[in-house]
Amino acid sequence: MSFSVTEPSNRTKLFAGFLVIGYAVITLLPLLWIIATGFKTPADAIAYPPKMVFEPTMEGYVNLFTTRTRVSPEVFAALPEAESWYERIVRDQGMVIAGPSRYGERFLNSVIIGFGSTLLCMVLGTAAAYAFSRFRVPLKDDLLFFILSTRMMPPIAVAIPIFLMFRSLGLSDTHLGMILLYTGVNLSLSVWLLKGFIDEIPIEYEEAALIDGYTRFQAFYKVVLPQAATGIASTAIFCLIFAWNEYAFAVLLTSGTAQTAPPFIPTIIGVGGKDWPAVAAGATIFLVPVMVFTILLRKHLLRGITFGALRK
Amino acid sequence: MAQIRIENVRKDFGSFNAVKSSTFTIEDGEFFMLLGPSGCGKTTTLRMMAGLELPTSGEIYIDGEEVGQKPASQRDIAFVFQMFALYPHMNVGRNMSYPLLSQGMPKAEAKRRVLEVAKILGIEGMLDRPVGGLSGGDRQRVALGRAIVREPKAFFMDEPLGALDAEFREHMAEELRALHDRMGATTVYVTHDQLEAMQMGDKIVVMNHGVVEQFGAPQQIYDWPATKFVAQFIGSPPMNFLDFNGIVGKGATEINLGGVRLAIPQQLDGASGDLTLGIRPEHVRPSDAAPYRGEIVASEYLGTTQIVTFDTAHGRIKARIPSHHKVVVGDTTGLELDARTLTVFDASTGRALSSIANREVLHHG
Repeated sequence: MSFSVTEPSNRTKLFAGFLVIGYAVITLLPLLWIIATGFKTPADAIAYPPKMVFEPTMEGYVNLFTTRTRVSPEVFAALPEAESWYERIVRDQGMVIAGPSRYGERFLNSVIIGFGSTLLCMVLGTAAAYAFSRFRVPLKDDLLFFILSTRMMPPIAVAIPIFLMFRSLGLSDTHLGMILLYTGVNLSLSVWLLKGFIDEIPIEYEEAALIDGYTRFQAFYKVVLPQAATGIASTAIFCLIFAWNEYAFAVLLTSGTAQTAPPFIPTIIGVGGKDWPAVAAGATIFLVPVMVFTILLRKHLLRGITFGALRK
Repeated sequence: MAQIRIENVRKDFGSFNAVKSSTFTIEDGEFFMLLGPSGCGKTTTLRMMAGLELPTSGEIYIDGEEVGQKPASQRDIAFVFQMFALYPHMNVGRNMSYPLLSQGMPKAEAKRRVLEVAKILGIEGMLDRPVGGLSGGDRQRVALGRAIVREPKAFFMDEPLGALDAEFREHMAEELRALHDRMGATTVYVTHDQLEAMQMGDKIVVMNHGVVEQFGAPQQIYDWPATKFVAQFIGSPPMNFLDFNGIVGKGATEINLGGVRLAIPQQLDGASGDLTLGIRPEHVRPSDAAPYRGEIVASEYLGTTQIVTFDTAHGRIKARIPSHHKVVVGDTTGLELDARTLTVFDASTGRALSSIANREVLHHG
């Protein structure tokens, strides 16, 4: 029997494996339940005991993207044959499609506001972090603390002043307003995280570029940015997740034009009884962009989480 | 290729004065060493020449042109960093061609130049490799290559061998010197290693606390240190100091050291009070007939030579003598101090008194 300091024993590995699987089950089960519910009929969704095996239907998704209406039996009978598969699903419920729902719009708002604020946050955050990392900024420590201090209270604590401010600036219920708001909230996180990443990049790289005949901006753009890619990617994920999931401000400040998906999804419940499959379908689709974004950048994210732990 | 002139250059970081009014000239094609302990201002001086720091006051001339306030990119110089500073996201070839492309050189031309330089350095086989996997020595060669391809006016190197292990350092030092001799480019090299400075340099500037202590050829500096600091910093073991109180008259050819009269090179300046006599270990020889006495307290065997420590009336001194010379710890013996090599220092200022032996050197400083 040999022992090793670096290689855990098989029993330890087995235990760790169980732990990871257990954690995955606990966190993923609700997610699986939501995804499954999206494909159930309303009756299956609230069936007791819960149905583990069911016949999948697209009803939830169709209901999510459409508004439907009942018509009198005579009119219903006189309708021509349903042309598309989704029309048939609606007819089977005894209704007809009145038009598209607003989910598509709300989802697009979420994309514009979420990605827009993340982009703006990365541009401003990287520039600020670079300056804090490299230049002799007057009152640097105080400024950094001031930036961090905006993070010390829950953002919703300033909801009322922001509500009033947005109203007088005409930013209420606008895409620009929400982008600015989420950028503001995320900026402290991104400045601090990115400063850490940029601090880790030896200044000699830039100096070498300066000597090689590049300007300061070219040195930043061609040498620092590629080096900071990991940090920028992982910071972007954190920013996007916040902006994407944010609910409280979205409820408060948006209603018609700039409403994002989070405040919209619960409103589906009220339309014609409790349509849980449609809500679950909305939540499932809502998950996709962040999931794709995170999977695309997961290599960077992993390195980002352990940043500073390893030199080089 | 260029002459570099530093005039009254001073650098302050806030209230800290890193370099105090330095002046010296680096001739065209010289291999020039900036030597001193850490924090002495040698790296700051180099960075000011390169344009990575701007001097608080004073002028820097490269090839007769005043460049003191110009950015690095406009000085046409190359810099080799201690940590190499190779761009980690580029392969060897891209690293080396990067400075050429910044000047707008066509890609094919840059590639040809890179290959040419890579051959000189013996790294032509690794142009497509990422820099991450290279050994320290190869990284340093790539860093040198990146500097050489540009054919700049001057090379600035900040302890380029500091990150290599001792064995390899020796080898790279020879390689560097050979490369310099082949290209004849003005090179300014920062080091804290006196042996490296002596081994490679045509000229050495010794700095301490932001002040240029001495400026000259390695042998001049070793034989005739201008200050006690230089005498101690250069040489291993360093120069011996015998502190005494006395008078050295103008034109004197001997001093009185505790009743013993010792011959010294003829003095050009007089001084009195606390003085120090400096002598290199290899210029001390045990001799029974000599009147100046010392007790043997220790002996270190170094192969062909040994370092013997003597206790004298004016402090301990070390002598480097052949190993076959038998010494017995506890014995008292006479010490012969080679009169032609002695330097007298003013103990209060630490400066060497000028004599006919060292005047040439001191007046250069």
